[in-house]
Amino acid sequence: MRSIILQTATRYLLPILLLFSFFLLLRGHYSPGGGFVGGLVASIAFVLHSFANGTEATMKILGRKPLSLIPVGLGLAALSMVMPTFFGLPPMTGLWFEEKIPVIGSIGSALFFDLGVYLVVVGVVLTILFTISLTKD
Amino acid sequence: MIDNHILAPVFIHLFTAILQLIAWRKTVTQRFLSVGGAFIGLLIAIRLFAKVYTEGSLSMHASNWEAPFSIVFVADLLAVSMVLLTAIAGFAVSIFSSVGIARQRMLYGYFPIFHFLLMGLNGAFLTGDIFNLYVWFEVIIISSFVLMTLGGRKAQLEGAVKYMAMNILASTFFLTGIGILYGISGSLNMADLSIRIREFHNQPLLDVAAIFFLLGFGIKSAVFPLYYWLPSSYHTPPSAVAATFGGLLTKVGVYAILRVFSLMFVPDEFTKNLLMVMAVLTILTGAFGALIKTNIRRLFSYLIVCHIGFMIGGIAMFTKAALMGAVFYLIHDIMVKTNMFLIAGYIRQVRGTMDMTKLGGLYKAYPLISLLIALVLFSLVGVPPLSGFWPKIYLFQEAFVGGQYFFIAALIIGSLVTMYVIAKLWADVFWKNTPEDQPVEDKFKELPPFKKVLLLMPIVLLCSVTLYIGLQAEHVVLAVDRISNELLDTSSYVKTVLGDKVFKK
Repeated sequence: MRSIILQTATRYLLPILLLFSFFLLLRGHYSPGGGFVGGLVASIAFVLHSFANGTEATMKILGRKPLSLIPVGLGLAALSMVMPTFFGLPPMTGLWFEEKIPVIGSIGSALFFDLGVYLVVVGVVLTILFTISLTKD
Repeated sequence: MIDNHILAPVFIHLFTAILQLIAWRKTVTQRFLSVGGAFIGLLIAIRLFAKVYTEGSLSMHASNWEAPFSIVFVADLLAVSMVLLTAIAGFAVSIFSSVGIARQRMLYGYFPIFHFLLMGLNGAFLTGDIFNLYVWFEVIIISSFVLMTLGGRKAQLEGAVKYMAMNILASTFFLTGIGILYGISGSLNMADLSIRIREFHNQPLLDVAAIFFLLGFGIKSAVFPLYYWLPSSYHTPPSAVAATFGGLLTKVGVYAILRVFSLMFVPDEFTKNLLMVMAVLTILTGAFGALIKTNIRRLFSYLIVCHIGFMIGGIAMFTKAALMGAVFYLIHDIMVKTNMFLIAGYIRQVRGTMDMTKLGGLYKAYPLISLLIALVLFSLVGVPPLSGFWPKIYLFQEAFVGGQYFFIAALIIGSLVTMYVIAKLWADVFWKNTPEDQPVEDKFKELPPFKKVLLLMPIVLLCSVTLYIGLQAEHVVLAVDRISNELLDTSSYVKTVLGDKVFKK
């Protein structure tokens, strides 16, 4: 049962939702938002796409198994946690670039931690949902 | 003293697990990564222990916030001893798993989860923040739950449901206790709490909080009347998993009791009596449970319960010699219990069963290995001069001084029953001839030589550590002496965490 309305709407909603998830990710440090919420919104975008076009089609646009996002995200988060120890600071201390980057604002290790969380959340949620939806009884 | 590297034992296992996740389904790579990661973890733990032993306690303030507000990690001698023992046991189990775990389980992520479990254990030992301790407990529970259910046999799921239900209950009690403490004092830092609690005079409310903590940790460390989940779940997972659980998981509960009751709720007469009653009944129920079991691993599970009582009794007396006995027993118990479950796994490889009525003739088939196992069994029983003997001296001595005659009786019964069941096990499994109707399927004999070595090496490693604890007991006593001093006089712990900001009133 494919709904043409849902398919057409998803074509526009997918990029908008992904963009919104990035917005949530980037504003996370001092304002509401962050990696976890951003990751959930991004996975909702893919789930919506799989409702409209079937799970196989979503797997195709993802290109790889969502499971492989988990170690990448975990590694990124863990690296940004231990990075300060190389500068003689305790783990998890926020390191910040001095120059501000236009649009994004100042970048620090907290952003990379959030990015790691984002990837892990997308990986976990999509792995769970795809495993359920691909199981044929 | 500040040292920013005390979290290294946590991070090494985190990174090992991440690398293994990248090598998902490549079981050979995962095996190498696991043994390598565990070995580096062991080296790091040795270095940390040596540093703390020579230079004194270290602390680290995560995120560089000032002490009572940040999450503090503290490496005092008790914590680093536990980290070191975890590293040794983890290394041994990691080697054993590379042969002793079925490939099917490895495909579903046995090794990454195992390293997440070790990470959680190290974190729980090193943290100085009560809520952070709760978080590490959750890491431990989640990974142990996955390890217990991997494979999905019906018996495993049944055991896991009991395990999960009781542990969630324990976490709830623990969290409620933290809530009460935070409501009283507005702090979660254990060192800070230990100062603030002394200024708080609503003793009944403190007692309620203490009972919540005792219930939470009591379930985790399997004391009477909260122990029954342990014997009904520990015989279900593979032996390598059971070795980690039996050696380390219940001991985290004992460690947490030691930490919380020495820092925050220094035992008063009521708590001491309560702990003592629990200890005596734990020893008795564990001992009587072990008497009637014929499955090796069920028998060992009841022995775990029985010997937890020894440590709780030591904590209940809360004098220097008693604490020395308790901590020494903790050190001895981690090594021996891990080894016992590895031996159970080895026996299963050799004979395909763990039922004592169906086993026999192992001494005839493998005389040298049997003698090695006998050393471990003697250590467990506490034959002088092996490791189980020394802590019992302290416990007996202190129980006589304190007039705790019920505890002395329980100690004697517990020790005798341990000796009886181990003697029965030795006679049944090693000396008796194999029952004639029982087919012998020796998977061990068919293994290539290097796999045989991999199966036996961890047993030899843990056995030599046990021998060291027993024969070089004076070294261990030196460390244990310092640990019990630090537990009785927590001012050095508080000073390590809060620096010179400690307000004297």
